[in-house]
Amino acid sequence: MRGPEQDAFAALGAVVDPELDEPITDLGFVRSLVVDEGSVTVHLRLPTAFCAPNFAYLMASDAKDVLTDLPWTRAVTVELDDHHDSEMINRGLAADAGYRGTFGDEADSDLDDLRRTFRRKAHTAAVERVLTGMLRADPELAETELHRIAIADLPDDNTTRALLRRREALGLDTDGQLPVLVDERGSPYPPDQAPLRLRLARSTRISIDGNAHFCRGLLRTRYPDEPLDLKETTA
Amino acid sequence: MYRKDGESYFIIDAHVALWDARPENQRNIHGKQFIDCFYDYHRNLSPDSELWPYEEFLYQGGERLMRDLFDDGYVDHAIFQPALLGDFYENGFGQTEQAFALTRQHPDKLTYNHCWDPRFGEVGLKQLREDAKRFDLKGTKLYTAEWRGESRGWKLDDPWSYRYLEVCQELGIRNIHIHKGPTIRPLDKDAFDVADVDKVATDFPDLNFVIEHCGLPRLEDFCWIATQEPNVHAGLAVAIPFMHTRPRYFAEIIGELLYWLDEDRVQFSSDYALWTPRWLIERFVDFQIPEDMTEYAPLTTAQKKKILGLNAAAMYDIPVPAELRLPESRTAEVA
Repeated sequence: MRGPEQDAFAALGAVVDPELDEPITDLGFVRSLVVDEGSVTVHLRLPTAFCAPNFAYLMASDAKDVLTDLPWTRAVTVELDDHHDSEMINRGLAADAGYRGTFGDEADSDLDDLRRTFRRKAHTAAVERVLTGMLRADPELAETELHRIAIADLPDDNTTRALLRRREALGLDTDGQLPVLVDERGSPYPPDQAPLRLRLARSTRISIDGNAHFCRGLLRTRYPDEPLDLKETTA
Repeated sequence: MYRKDGESYFIIDAHVALWDARPENQRNIHGKQFIDCFYDYHRNLSPDSELWPYEEFLYQGGERLMRDLFDDGYVDHAIFQPALLGDFYENGFGQTEQAFALTRQHPDKLTYNHCWDPRFGEVGLKQLREDAKRFDLKGTKLYTAEWRGESRGWKLDDPWSYRYLEVCQELGIRNIHIHKGPTIRPLDKDAFDVADVDKVATDFPDLNFVIEHCGLPRLEDFCWIATQEPNVHAGLAVAIPFMHTRPRYFAEIIGELLYWLDEDRVQFSSDYALWTPRWLIERFVDFQIPEDMTEYAPLTTAQKKKILGLNAAAMYDIPVPAELRLPESRTAEVA
């Protein structure tokens, strides 16, 4: 990849699959990226033709937004390939029609609730990862004590940093004295609910991890002859 | 029946299909996209030895189905769960007449469940009554992401769906199998949301709701609903082949299901012809939760027997030979 393409690819790293909570660049959803002076053309691909169209639209329109925001881009084209709604979504993206303009009658208002739902789940899963890590590291620690764990008690590692990012995405503070086991509004659960909340959070984490792995696998199966990681290709 | 290490297992494959996805039956590009998506599932999750060529995957026919399930596959009884997909396939995806003819030839081996769609309104209700009589329906298969004209899906708690469920209740069609697929109007919300299952399970306590592929990709929401609704069950279609590609993930799935539900509400299914039952049954009987995953209890032989057949047998009143049942004391002990 040349400089401008690297720049554009890095920008696409900010676009996250809301359901899988991972950047589309890591998931292999960026199929091709071509820069010609100020114009950028990106093709996206998904693991199946029947991936939910609202998620597909969110990622494609977010991709267009981050590329348009780069200071040097003048014309940005984002197209979604091989999806049952490719035509509709690509037409909407080209016209900057927005979500409602793209889907017409099928759209009610906006996708804010959808984004919020998956930010909440991403946070829940991140809480489970840090707390399960604490339980594994300290056999003396009981699940019934988990409500006492504060952010400052967490190890300085990627799992903790991921949790802090999820808190910020929800608009929650990250002060050290704040409890870890909280809902999406930052409210702690009653202490006696800690083990139940951990179990619930675990099922959320399993769901997200499992889906992400399956989607990656399906993408490889669907596009066996194309590179999974665009970064490794040369322009 | 399957035998291993001195134990015998009565096998019910609770979700099979006799489909026709050959090009001549495809109505449009979506018919091809749909079967290609299935084929990618098949290729992605199958062991190399079980991979089928694309041509074979498009259509199997009755003879092949009987061989794969009953001659090679250890299955004692299988239940057809057809999807219509009339907007994608000229003569539908599931082959009603062929499957029903096979069921009549082998009533001891096959049960035919039919599908309905509330968007057909009164006409569909009348049809449901006729179908119930003709097929002697004990169950039905619903695919909520089915396209129909401008509409690309429906919800179980739609008013018309309630009317259909009321008729199911009246006619004794007690087992409602639900395949939650994506695409639901409006697109504003999560297309895989399973909240509508919660509502109908509460409002129809006499019906059983079997959620295929145990709510995946929303395992967590499904488990939470099933915890509160005793008439919600998990079908293992699509989940069980993860035993091969990702045994630890499958351990988590089955561990969560047994934790949130109980061992009486989980059913085996191969989802034939996505996968064949033989290797799934062999591996499930051998399967165990990895020792380091201490958050889950090990699977017991009794649990495996229930999941592989006894649970679905109880739901469908399928007779189980005495020697294949669980001893009463053991049932009481694990209950």
